[in-house]
Amino acid sequence: MEFIDYYKALGLEKSASQEDIKKAYRKLARQYHPDLNPNDKEAHQKFQRINEAHEVLSDPEKRKKYDQYGENWKHAEEFEKAQQSRQSRSAHSQGRSSYGEGFSSEDFSSGDFSDFFNSMFGGGGGFGESGGRSRQAKFRGQDYNAEMQLTLKEASVTHQRTFTINDKNVRITVPAGIADGQTIKLKGHGAPGVNGGPAGDLYITFHITEDPVFKRLGDDLYTTVELDLYTAVLGGEKVVDTFDGKVKLKVNAGTQNGAKTRLKGKGFPVYKKDGAAGDLIITWNVKLPVNLTEKQKELFKELAQLSN
Amino acid sequence: MPVTNDLILRDECCIHYNIEVSFLDRLHEYGLIEMVSLEEKQFIHTGQLSELEKFIRLHRDLELNVEGIGVVSNLLDRMKRMQQEMAELRNRLYLYRDVDEL
Repeated sequence: MEFIDYYKALGLEKSASQEDIKKAYRKLARQYHPDLNPNDKEAHQKFQRINEAHEVLSDPEKRKKYDQYGENWKHAEEFEKAQQSRQSRSAHSQGRSSYGEGFSSEDFSSGDFSDFFNSMFGGGGGFGESGGRSRQAKFRGQDYNAEMQLTLKEASVTHQRTFTINDKNVRITVPAGIADGQTIKLKGHGAPGVNGGPAGDLYITFHITEDPVFKRLGDDLYTTVELDLYTAVLGGEKVVDTFDGKVKLKVNAGTQNGAKTRLKGKGFPVYKKDGAAGDLIITWNVKLPVNLTEKQKELFKELAQLSN
Repeated sequence: MPVTNDLILRDECCIHYNIEVSFLDRLHEYGLIEMVSLEEKQFIHTGQLSELEKFIRLHRDLELNVEGIGVVSNLLDRMKRMQQEMAELRNRLYLYRDVDEL
């Protein structure tokens, strides 16, 4: 446990007035409030520290104890016990009893406060009225938002992913067919609740990177396949890549450049519908031969004359 | 809290969160919280509770009035949209970077 300089946390001198404390707290709280800095862990921690500092320094009793023991806070309890014991012995000798002014854990609150705060002012209790603010109500924890990038191939299969959010490992199942920009909710994986309130939720938005071969539109996939002139003119067979692997396709004689072939059920898996998939639409890109040999040129000329 | 088909009675909601009814009404007036009228009673949908809790925190922690909460809420929405747009643009940039490397 580390000593926390609450004055430093609020950027104040030890002689700061209550008005200075209030002003510094307001300024820093506006800067680091978790609701104004979503998903910013550092801001969240800073806000907790500022809040804690304000809780102690704005309360004259707590501030007195903090100022009294300062860096020797670790020995505060022992010191108080020794003092009480001395007072008790002294009172006993005078025939009456006396009790020291101890701090009860019920007087103060722990909430999200540091170990230092809890050790000094006790923990376990709820927040009491402080500065006109009531903390008795239970609050749901803040929702977290996260983003995850997937390739098109990864998005096409149901798989598990583990990632770390706020030092906690979270394992999720990504269902096949998830769409770009789609958000899923993981209940209770957000920030812990306040005063026993339920934890917030975690929202994960998926971003699917574009694939160099396949373009996805809804559940259909689009791809362009090169076809040599001879197969396009005479017909034949062509092996084509799909998401499931290779398939051999029959190419009709006279296939035009830009013609399309639809392969039913060879597209992208449909989200949360086992076995269902969209179509794969192939656009044929007929390539004209280049760097012809003399013989080939002769034959093309002959063909041209025949066509005329 | 009495709940009817995911709707919570406005007054019960105020008791639960220890807030003034007028605060909730002002949030409604500013279009920050939707309310549903049923049999002359006002209800809040449970789906709006996390937003409401955020507004209460901003009000209590930062002493923001409803106008201030409205401005903050609007700016946070814009920030979220811009972050999403940035993530999408970053994705596209990755794609071009891959192409260049080939």
